[in-house]
Amino acid sequence: MLTLSPRVSQKIAWVFIWGGGAITVLILVVIIGYVLVQGIPSISLDFLLTPPEGGMSGEGGISTVIVATLYLLGLTVVILVPIGLGAAIYLAEYAPDNRFTGLIRYGIEVLAGVPSIIFGLFGFALFVTALHFNFSILSGALTLVCLLLPTMIRTSEEAIRAVPYAHREAALALGATRWQVIWRVLLPTALPGIVTAIILCVGRAIEETACLFVTMGGCKGMPTSLLSCGRTLSLHVYYLATETNNFEGALATAAVLIITILVINSITNLLSSRFQRKMRGAT
Amino acid sequence: MNRKQLSKGLTLVTAAVLAVAVALTGCTGNGGTTTISMAGSTTVQPVAEALSDEYMTNVDTTVTITVAGGGSSVGVESAGEGTVDIGMASRAIKQEEFDEYPDLVVHHIASDGIAIVTDSDTSVDVTCLTILETRAIFSGNITNWADVGGANQTINVHAREEGSGTRAAFEDMVMGDEVITGEAALWPSNGALRTAVAGEPYSIGFLSFGYLDETVDAFALDAEEGGECVEATVENALSGDYPVVRPLNMLTDGEPTGKVDEFITWILGVDGQAIVAQDYIPVGPTS
Amino acid sequence: MARYFTNRLAKYAVFISATVSFIVLLAIVVFVFRDGLPAFQEVGFFDLLFGSTWRPQQDEYGILVMVVGSLQVTAGALLLAVPLGIACAILLAEVAPPRVRQLLRPAVELLVGIPSVVYGLVGMVLLVPAIREYFGGRGFSVLAASIVLTAMVLPTIISISEDSIRAVPASYKEGSLALGATRWQTIRQVLLPAARSGIGASIVLGMGRAIGETMAMIMVLGNSIQFAITPLDMTRTLTGNIAVEINYASGIHENALFATGIVLLIFILIINSIAVVALKRGVRAHTFT
Repeated sequence: MLTLSPRVSQKIAWVFIWGGGAITVLILVVIIGYVLVQGIPSISLDFLLTPPEGGMSGEGGISTVIVATLYLLGLTVVILVPIGLGAAIYLAEYAPDNRFTGLIRYGIEVLAGVPSIIFGLFGFALFVTALHFNFSILSGALTLVCLLLPTMIRTSEEAIRAVPYAHREAALALGATRWQVIWRVLLPTALPGIVTAIILCVGRAIEETACLFVTMGGCKGMPTSLLSCGRTLSLHVYYLATETNNFEGALATAAVLIITILVINSITNLLSSRFQRKMRGAT
Repeated sequence: MNRKQLSKGLTLVTAAVLAVAVALTGCTGNGGTTTISMAGSTTVQPVAEALSDEYMTNVDTTVTITVAGGGSSVGVESAGEGTVDIGMASRAIKQEEFDEYPDLVVHHIASDGIAIVTDSDTSVDVTCLTILETRAIFSGNITNWADVGGANQTINVHAREEGSGTRAAFEDMVMGDEVITGEAALWPSNGALRTAVAGEPYSIGFLSFGYLDETVDAFALDAEEGGECVEATVENALSGDYPVVRPLNMLTDGEPTGKVDEFITWILGVDGQAIVAQDYIPVGPTS
Repeated sequence: MARYFTNRLAKYAVFISATVSFIVLLAIVVFVFRDGLPAFQEVGFFDLLFGSTWRPQQDEYGILVMVVGSLQVTAGALLLAVPLGIACAILLAEVAPPRVRQLLRPAVELLVGIPSVVYGLVGMVLLVPAIREYFGGRGFSVLAASIVLTAMVLPTIISISEDSIRAVPASYKEGSLALGATRWQTIRQVLLPAARSGIGASIVLGMGRAIGETMAMIMVLGNSIQFAITPLDMTRTLTGNIAVEINYASGIHENALFATGIVLLIFILIINSIAVVALKRGVRAHTFT
């Protein structure tokens, strides 16, 4: 076997390494580029404001889909934040270092790894069937909450822990109860981090398809209550792509979806870097 | 607001939201509008949507009708459990299902032909198939278009997943005792199958009449082995010449009452059947 | 006094919130097992798990094809994603100048944010016809699924591997360079071995993500009930099995789908436990310098 000089093998390795980076970027560009280039031309105000038509044509817009998505996200956040934040506060401030806490953390870790379709099965068995919520935004939201709990708890806990200890000491020295410290000092200080956590969860919720596929019902009408069935943007992309031949519509909806996610990502990044700077500056 | 009251809020807010949600479960009619929920077969779904759009706009504006998919089995189960007002099924109801839901009432609102389709872009040089040839193709015994008089190309088979009402009807009426080959690509709905068949050259699949469009070509079928080739059209299905036709049913838990009854009566009436007749086979007079 | 009451109340409230996750996990296990075990009983454990025929109409409920299918697409994805991912991780951690890193890192994070349906859509519209054209077969294939999964799994491998490489104590690297090694020799013979627990964990986590993927799989694999002999053949994954048929199933068929869910859950639990152990080992290995 030919032995190469270290310099030469480094050069070869560099080619592969840069190649790897280039291919990764290429994949990204191809996917996002294709969707945006094909999809954006079909997006118009009309598209956003008219409801999808029935039948097999898949024509029409996505107004009801947008509304249903917003309902779903709203409901999910309202339920997720109290529970997730509460758990994060417990883990950051109250939890003793014992087995029980270890068990809770273990539960959160495991939950984080469960595939989305299993949450779908669970949601279908519990919320849709056993609790008789049927295919509805409510069932979808509750399922999403279960899916997102680990993310919300982890990120919020990090935000709360990031608050410098000096803050706590100062408040306690002034005679505050533990809860007062949390409510009046920690949470307000950690707020940007917590908001980042919420937005992160919203971002993940928007992408979700599999678990909503079997809990939301996929109907295309305008939802009138939390018990209406509905479709999210992701689901609509799926239905358009597979059910109808309207690939244009599917790509347009996908473009809307990607743009939304890009916006959410940027906001998250901005907020989190501001929060980190603020925390670093305070010590 | 007083901080003290606020601080009790964390779990109480959650409980309140959930309580409201549960309370909503009890309300079926909010204010002036009634909601009729429908779910089930993807074959019946388009005509159900067309019917409900027309009904909501021009017949009774106080009613909101929602149509969801899910498949024939979901339609039967949902109707039987009372989860939806009207279930949809694209096949006859099985005895086990009647055993489980003895109160199930079947409303035969339309009939539907099943077309054997191929993609419309490439030409397989075959326009007519006998039932036996179709059976052999789908069971994997014939694998090349040349064996049925067409181009020398492998036949790419598409079918529906098990549990589909359309597949059950197809197996009943065409396959007989043979099973569909394991080489077939399976899809969860009529629409998905049509998209797949339209996208792959030299393909074959079975599709509800209501889903036929310009992306797929339907074969004429010869039921007699040497008899006439009958085109896959609504007229031929109505006249009974086209051999593969199955019922489209709407199911209710017990006899329908109130707005649901009005809706179903309208569907079976002249106006409803006229809409059915656009893509499917009506069961009643259309004028 | 009011604030002590609130203090106590709050303590209980947050404690309850914390247990919710665990309760949800338990509930999931309970519900999935409740609806899945009857299938194991009726069909027989070995027949269900190792049966190679899935034909519910004929009362056959063997899920071996789906197990193999899931493993195939995951293996295919890892085959592509691991070299690419590690190369990219090395690039980000050691080789790239800051300017490039500023562009590349957000790009990788962006890949995470793309919904699986979009991957499935692009796969259906671009990849499947391309494979049909240039490689033959029907286009719907293990190859298509593997490529799609690679794109989805890459970010996980890249970011965790990059963190692991960075976490290697600087003294290792400095020592190696001081002895006259080139940067590549340092990377290959010092940094990578030191980071191998973390890299291993990233691969295992990526594997978990691949096995759990659903929507993209039902759009590009063809969902057939046969084994895929070549990468150009169609097949079905465990997740695809559930998603494609759950809407139409009732009775024992539905139970069999929940049983598929049980098998999937167990796979994931095993995979994640391995990942957790590997990550912990990585942390411990570096706390001595």
